[in-house]
Amino acid sequence: MAVTGAEILIKTLEYEGVDTVFGYPGGAVLPIYDALKESSKIKHILVRQEQAAVHAASGYARTTGKVGVCMATSGPGATNLVTGIATAYMDSIPVVIITGQVSTEMVGTDAFQEVDITGITMPISKHNYLVKNVKDLSRIIREAFHIAKTGRPGPVLVDVPKNVSAQLTKYNIPEDVDLRGYKPTYKGHPTQIKNAAELINEAKKPVIFAGGGVINSEAAAELKILVEKTSAPITTTLNALGVFPETHPQSLGMLGLHGTPYANYVVTECDLLVGLGVRFDDRVTGAVEKFAPNAKKIHIDIDPAEIGKNVEVDLPLVGDVKTILEELLPLVEERENREWNARVEKIKKEYPLRYGETLALRPQYVIEKLGELTRDKDVVITTDVGQHQMWTAQYYKFTKPRTMLTSGGLGTMGYGFPAAIGAQLGNRDKLVVAVTGDGSFQMHMAEMGTAVENNLPVKVLLFNNNCLALVRQLQHFYCNKSYSAVDFSGNPDFIRFAECYGAKGIRITKTEETVPKLEEALNNDSLTIIECVVSNEEMVYPMVPNNKGLNEMIHFEEGEDNGR
Amino acid sequence: MKHTLSVLVENKPGVLTRVAGLFARRGYNIDSLAVGRTENPEISRMTIVVEGDDRVIEQVTKQLHKLIEVIKINDITEDEHVHRELILIKVNADPAHRMEIMQIVNVFRARVVDFGRNSLIIEVTGDEGKINAIENSLHPFGIREVVRTGKVAMVRGPKHKNGKS
Amino acid sequence: MAVAKDLREVCQFGNLMEVGKKMSGADILIKSLECEGVDTIFGYPGGAVLNIYDAIYRCKKIKHILTRHEQGLIHAADGYARSTGKPGVCIATSGPGATNLVTGIATAYMDSVPLVIITGQVAVSYIGKDSFQEADITGITLPITKYSYLVKDVRDLARYVREAFHLATTGRPGPVLIDLPKDVTYAETEFFYPPEIDLPGYKLKPNGIEKEVEKASEMLKEAQRPVIIAGGGVVNSGAHEELLALAEKLQIPVSTTLMGKGSFPENHPLYLGMPGMHGTAYANYAISDCDLLLAVGMRFDDRVTGNVKTFAKDAKVIHIDIDAAEINKNIHVDLSIVSDAKNALEKLLGLVNEKDNRRWLDKIEYWKKEYPLKYCKDSTRIKPQYILEKINEVTAGDAYFVTDTGQHQMWAAQYLKCVRPRSFMTSGGLGTMGYGFPAAMGVQIAHPEAKVVTIVGDGGFQMNSQELATAVHYNLPLTICIFNNGYLGMVRQWQDLFLDKRYSHTEISQPDFVKLAESYGAVGMRVEKPEDVKKTLEKAMETPRPVVIDFLIEQEENVFPMVPAGGSIDKMLGR
Ligand SMILES: Cc1ncc(C[n+]2csc(CCOP(=O)(O)OP(=O)(O)O)c2C)c(N)n1
Ligand SMILES: Cc1ncc(C[n+]2csc(CCOP(=O)(O)OP(=O)(O)O)c2C)c(N)n1
Ligand SMILES: [Mg+2]
Repeated sequence: MAVTGAEILIKTLEYEGVDTVFGYPGGAVLPIYDALKESSKIKHILVRQEQAAVHAASGYARTTGKVGVCMATSGPGATNLVTGIATAYMDSIPVVIITGQVSTEMVGTDAFQEVDITGITMPISKHNYLVKNVKDLSRIIREAFHIAKTGRPGPVLVDVPKNVSAQLTKYNIPEDVDLRGYKPTYKGHPTQIKNAAELINEAKKPVIFAGGGVINSEAAAELKILVEKTSAPITTTLNALGVFPETHPQSLGMLGLHGTPYANYVVTECDLLVGLGVRFDDRVTGAVEKFAPNAKKIHIDIDPAEIGKNVEVDLPLVGDVKTILEELLPLVEERENREWNARVEKIKKEYPLRYGETLALRPQYVIEKLGELTRDKDVVITTDVGQHQMWTAQYYKFTKPRTMLTSGGLGTMGYGFPAAIGAQLGNRDKLVVAVTGDGSFQMHMAEMGTAVENNLPVKVLLFNNNCLALVRQLQHFYCNKSYSAVDFSGNPDFIRFAECYGAKGIRITKTEETVPKLEEALNNDSLTIIECVVSNEEMVYPMVPNNKGLNEMIHFEEGEDNGR
Repeated sequence: MKHTLSVLVENKPGVLTRVAGLFARRGYNIDSLAVGRTENPEISRMTIVVEGDDRVIEQVTKQLHKLIEVIKINDITEDEHVHRELILIKVNADPAHRMEIMQIVNVFRARVVDFGRNSLIIEVTGDEGKINAIENSLHPFGIREVVRTGKVAMVRGPKHKNGKS
Repeated sequence: MAVAKDLREVCQFGNLMEVGKKMSGADILIKSLECEGVDTIFGYPGGAVLNIYDAIYRCKKIKHILTRHEQGLIHAADGYARSTGKPGVCIATSGPGATNLVTGIATAYMDSVPLVIITGQVAVSYIGKDSFQEADITGITLPITKYSYLVKDVRDLARYVREAFHLATTGRPGPVLIDLPKDVTYAETEFFYPPEIDLPGYKLKPNGIEKEVEKASEMLKEAQRPVIIAGGGVVNSGAHEELLALAEKLQIPVSTTLMGKGSFPENHPLYLGMPGMHGTAYANYAISDCDLLLAVGMRFDDRVTGNVKTFAKDAKVIHIDIDAAEINKNIHVDLSIVSDAKNALEKLLGLVNEKDNRRWLDKIEYWKKEYPLKYCKDSTRIKPQYILEKINEVTAGDAYFVTDTGQHQMWAAQYLKCVRPRSFMTSGGLGTMGYGFPAAMGVQIAHPEAKVVTIVGDGGFQMNSQELATAVHYNLPLTICIFNNGYLGMVRQWQDLFLDKRYSHTEISQPDFVKLAESYGAVGMRVEKPEDVKKTLEKAMETPRPVVIDFLIEQEENVFPMVPAGGSIDKMLGR
């Protein structure tokens, strides 16, 4: 049977179990869109700008554990994806991106809407392909999915010239994928596993440090056993929030630049740090030479290139976190470790997370309340980038994996809302809340159109401080309070904005309104913007200054009242 | 320290760009890079000489491995191996100096491959030491142009362990 | 340009008086921008550019425009550059800030627009480690910049800035990117702005073109049926007067590409309109029938040529372009002159004598009469072409026009009457939706007193509608005309004509644009009847604030004529 390239492409997507594609049409993908229309299995979500398509696909992937798929036309359609691809790459999110390209005979001639997207995305994708022959198309799509979701996941781009998608080929989807140069390691080295167990059993002051890799390898259950068996405190990266319940007494919350004071102190004091699926990013370590200076370090990660990249480790263990934990757990002794835990408790008591208690509406308070009101619900929280992101990480208290989506590695403003759209599409029955700032939300607020069009009851919890406040905070500390280009006093009226899309708008200005209005918003089933009017003078505490150790963080001080 | 990496890659378009891009992006210093087909036409071998301490080399190796088309990497610096580079040198050679130059050429077992009116092109193969030595010896006459292929290398003995993958 | 030169001298002199004084990289950057005569930068702050923003805060000479998305700022810088001829300068932070610029960079690159782009980067010691907000932006933009720099040593910074401006604005202009690591913005050195540029690989001096020009003049003399196609190169080199003089002297009809629009007065009897896919029938006929084609500052893009085999098949082709790589790239030419358009046309003018092409012009007159641009006038529904005619009436050409990408863009190119170069801005090569509105902001910022009208589709406007906040913040009195057809119209047209009306995902919903404008504090107007079009336009243009007009136009109107992709340009649909 002869089919067009576009048809085989869509069939291969169906074969991969794809049910949702985020995209935007255009000339070079006309044949693909024509074939897509015929598919009964794949739903296409038309976004308002391509950048949102990748973020949405990422939100879909992170909440479902499946590969997210998006699609755009050649030229500007493809370049609009770049930020989203880089965002997914930095956070190891499996996304397959299909871009249209000008016909093969025009490639390289600066043709209309031609852009070398495989060249452009080389540094920011796990792999990419330019399909030159329709015979290769189905195999390449299958390879792309395989690469995206195995090993350390990541975005893979497939560039499909217009003539390739229009050409006829045999209907044939290859069953097996075989890539000579790509064989990720899953099993850990047995001796290393034994050595790791020994280190863990011997440590007096162990800390477990979990990252996004634990979520990717679905190892939350194994992690919990490890934590409970060892009685060790556990801290996580931003991307791993929820992989271990933060309501659990052994949880230290997040580590790093704006981590909890106790996580930062405890890690500085520990004698063994067990890093699982982490990459010791600079936001987490502070000054590397002062990072966990007394600790032996075990580093378990699927990507060998991460081992020893940022910090030197004593015991590397390359492989899949879950597979390794399964082998490691039987070797780990169950114990109580009273002394260390008493010490940890003391630090926790002495240095809690704190914020000022004036009459003004406090973002931290709102987040705490959001946490309380939604903890028992089936909920997904996405965040944007800024102060609100850090407060969400600090105060929400996540309890389940895949419930917190944020752009950790690239720190992409504008991520949160489109990601929430993707998350809602993958989880129609869940409550999806996008916590965002006025700066970030404006980057993709036109996606309200997408949400309305698809009846997505996303809740946008918008902290409006009329300011790019995280940058303002940096200017406060590092630039003598010269506040440069952070003023957004010309913001739109977000309530009226919501209404012009036919969505709901609710405004919170006082502390006592918080709970009732949040409840009102969370319990209705329409797209809602909840605008919290807050001060731009709030500061995120604690904060580890540049080039300082984690224990040298600046704390919130009562009199100063958050820098007011 | 300089390391010699012998890298097997799939012989596909764009692979060289990926490797070069990786080095540029991550700030590694390539000293030289030579590439060509192997006995298997689907596979190419790159010989990359790269400068850096052990930690850098470890990163280079691991990052290279992440490229999907990279099949195998061997750091053969410590292995016993034969390595060669080919260099073409265009040197000033007015008749008065020709004899002298020819002597140098003979000493180094190099070859003259082109005679110009006032210059010669000399071809030398050898290891780095030899090549530097002849370059130095020819320097006084005035070197006009130098082209080097970059180093290629092969491990001694029966087929190297990398052959199996 | 002259101003910039003087300023440079002042800077060097000023520097002499401050010998030995050390400055931070951030200050050096801003000082260097001052030396280049930069008055406006478009930017968005972030961690990696913190110190640069501190320097901006202290700088009194340069105005900073803060947008709502980095894409908005780079398109604005692009509009600023296209409308003034000066380089547009923009700045964004590392990582996502930098990657958000990519579409804007590619847009400028394809249309040869001079931009200097400054991106923050993580500190040098963090590069290559996938650090927080690290993106290899020089690698990413390799295919879409004229050149790029990663500054690793503060001592190179001033020189790189100097070179960047030189590269961006000379030869075939284009975007140049400077990636500036955070630590370099803090590092200190003495400031010295180099007067000389030493770029051995970048040679501008064109080889002698006398011989070629002479040959061209002979070919022109002999030609019976000559046609000129003028492109963006004419605008870039400021050759519009020479073009007019040459056309009049030799009585040659002139067609302008999308990028060349405005380089020849469109009310002139010799004007042919646009060539190519959505060109006028008479331009396409003239080109297909001509015996000599003089192509100036254009690149035979596929949208212009259609099938290259049948393109101007009877003609000898003379190609004047500053970029040697464009010669013989898409079509084979008989004579090439590698030079900027102004220089070549000036020389050519000196060699040719007046000529009369009556018979040829009569033939063209006949085509113009027989096959004019036309649309179905309708008294109940608003035709997009009708709005454009009214815009012509209301502005009398005394305005800057900026379009987005789609059907409305092609109608604007067909119907708007531009009489000055740099008065029509559009994304020609990349065809970027979302370009129009932010670019118009840049145009308005460069020309505060001028009337700026932007024509956008309902799809494209939604791509960067967040910039309404910027327009309101700086109170830019733009007239934003949304041609609202409820579709991604241009794609729908292709599905209509070539895919049996299978409209796959080209229907798009919108917010209430009037209310949207109002929620931003802008003015919103809606037009539903043809008789209100002119009134509303007049009212909008008198309003000293940003105005959004939601024109509910005929939904399934198609752009005609149309040459199907790859077809011969003399075979048009809907002629
Ligand atoms: C695309 C992008 N541009 C710039 C930045 C730099 N940046 C980081 S946080 C921030 C301010 C965010 O403001 P807002 O969303 O209002 O959040 P707030 O800090 O006020 O809570 C900026 C500009 C970024 N992270 N991403
Ligand atoms: C960023 C981007 N995405 C996709 C396209 C493909 N494309 C070209 S025209 C068009 C439709 C534009 O619709 P609209 O803005 O409503 O204008 P209209 O054609 O209806 O006038 C599309 C989707 C593009 N040019 N740019
Ligand atoms: Mg804010």
